[in-house]
Amino acid sequence: MALIDKHAILEKSPTLLLVASLLVVSVGGIVEIAPLFWLENTIEEVEGVRPYSPLELTGRDIYVREGCYACHSQMIRPMRDEVERYGHYSLAAESMYDHPFQWGSKRTGPDLARVGGRYSDAWHVDHLSDPQSVVPESIMPKYAFLKDTPIEPIHIKALLKTHRFVGVPYSDEQIAEAQSDFRAQADPDADHDALLERYPGAAVANFDGQPELTEMDALVSYLQVLGTMVDFSTFTPDASR
Amino acid sequence: MSKGKKDDVTGTETTGHSWDGIEELNTPLPRWWLWTLYLCIIWGIAHTIAYPAWPMISGATKGVLGWSTRANVAAEITAHDAKNAELVTALLATDMETLPASADLNRYAIARGGAVFRSNCSQCHGSGAAGTKGYPNLLDDDWLWGGQMADIEFTVRHGIRNEQDSDARYSQMPAFGEMLEKEEIAAVVEHVVSLSSAEYDANLSATGATVFADNCSACHGEDGLGDRIQGAPNLADAIWLYGGDHETLTNTVVNGQFGIMPAWGPRLTEADIRAVSAYVHSLGGGE
Repeated sequence: MALIDKHAILEKSPTLLLVASLLVVSVGGIVEIAPLFWLENTIEEVEGVRPYSPLELTGRDIYVREGCYACHSQMIRPMRDEVERYGHYSLAAESMYDHPFQWGSKRTGPDLARVGGRYSDAWHVDHLSDPQSVVPESIMPKYAFLKDTPIEPIHIKALLKTHRFVGVPYSDEQIAEAQSDFRAQADPDADHDALLERYPGAAVANFDGQPELTEMDALVSYLQVLGTMVDFSTFTPDASR
Repeated sequence: MSKGKKDDVTGTETTGHSWDGIEELNTPLPRWWLWTLYLCIIWGIAHTIAYPAWPMISGATKGVLGWSTRANVAAEITAHDAKNAELVTALLATDMETLPASADLNRYAIARGGAVFRSNCSQCHGSGAAGTKGYPNLLDDDWLWGGQMADIEFTVRHGIRNEQDSDARYSQMPAFGEMLEKEEIAAVVEHVVSLSSAEYDANLSATGATVFADNCSACHGEDGLGDRIQGAPNLADAIWLYGGDHETLTNTVVNGQFGIMPAWGPRLTEADIRAVSAYVHSLGGGE
């Protein structure tokens, strides 16, 4: 009881109390957070996951801006019903370049973790412009204005640099070519070899069918890449994790 | 701190703190509460031993129960597949053309296919499969690429005009806006209207018939009955994918319209492809 009886010393010195409280709280923090930086299995190594292309990254920003995550999750949980409906359960590596991740916590609409390639570009444009035109029972709001909002890759280099700053491994080349990659992905007539080398598997198309580049192009390019990076016909996740 | 000092009234020990002569009683915590707390602590420690918990150098502790979400979902799927194994084996072994004749298996295929359809196809073709503008109705017997079981199965597997599957059905209506004069387009639209409607301008339609014969009949046929090998729609019925009014028809002729369907071969299992084909075939238009 001798040590406990000395609590009056702590209680009578606010500075000492503050320091001691910080020490106690930091123990919890260190135990919970610190191992994640060294754990080998924090993120399983998966082949195929790459940073988003400039157009996809811009689309992702629009996704975040419009608050899509409020109704759509991007996290297929390891449960039979979800796997049967949406596809293979999500892996941590699949959102390793997401800042912030879009796992979401609510499904007013369906999960979008593997929506890429599931529907045609035209369907996405029809659906985003007027969801009820293709799914009459849908309660999703209309996003037709995306089609009428032109975009230019003015800040795209800064956007890529920002993502590199927080850990996305964009190369100097990817940043230097960001503007041309941005335009090339939405132009089926452009030369895509370099773009596809930098961003393998990126969908190249005039997504919204209009001559000018719009937010719709960017958002659809992002939706079309979701969940398509890992080839589950050749990759089997470690079942013991 | 003064030890053992007791409050005169209650006989309880005091903490020794005193404010203006009022002393604080050092009442012990209720025994039941304290034991609940200890039990929770013990339960918590036991839980971390039983289940994956403590972070170590090369991974977290596995837990003595060997619990894993991934193993659980794999086991659950395997168990479910095992229950259907007999029917799935039979479905995979059946010649699809004879499937409708085998009552039980056909019922299973249609039920399974319905689930596949609602989860994967209904977003475009509608939850009742009636389609919408630009997305074909699957309830009628008007087929673009053929309505036999094998045709439907091929379409599901390879899709239409997509870039992922080199076997995808492919055709593209040219944009005639740059090939024909405005008057010719107006005439040919009138002719197309005349094929399925009683209300049309006979003179204009007669001019349009020549334009149609020169430009459209190669795909849509001389009588506009279409050609399933090329996915060219029948223009002589009143069923329209994009619309049969003058404005929509003009737009179609000027710009050319066509839809894209993804290839479902890589996404669905063989049994699911067969089942959803059987489901679509059963909707009313199957040939």
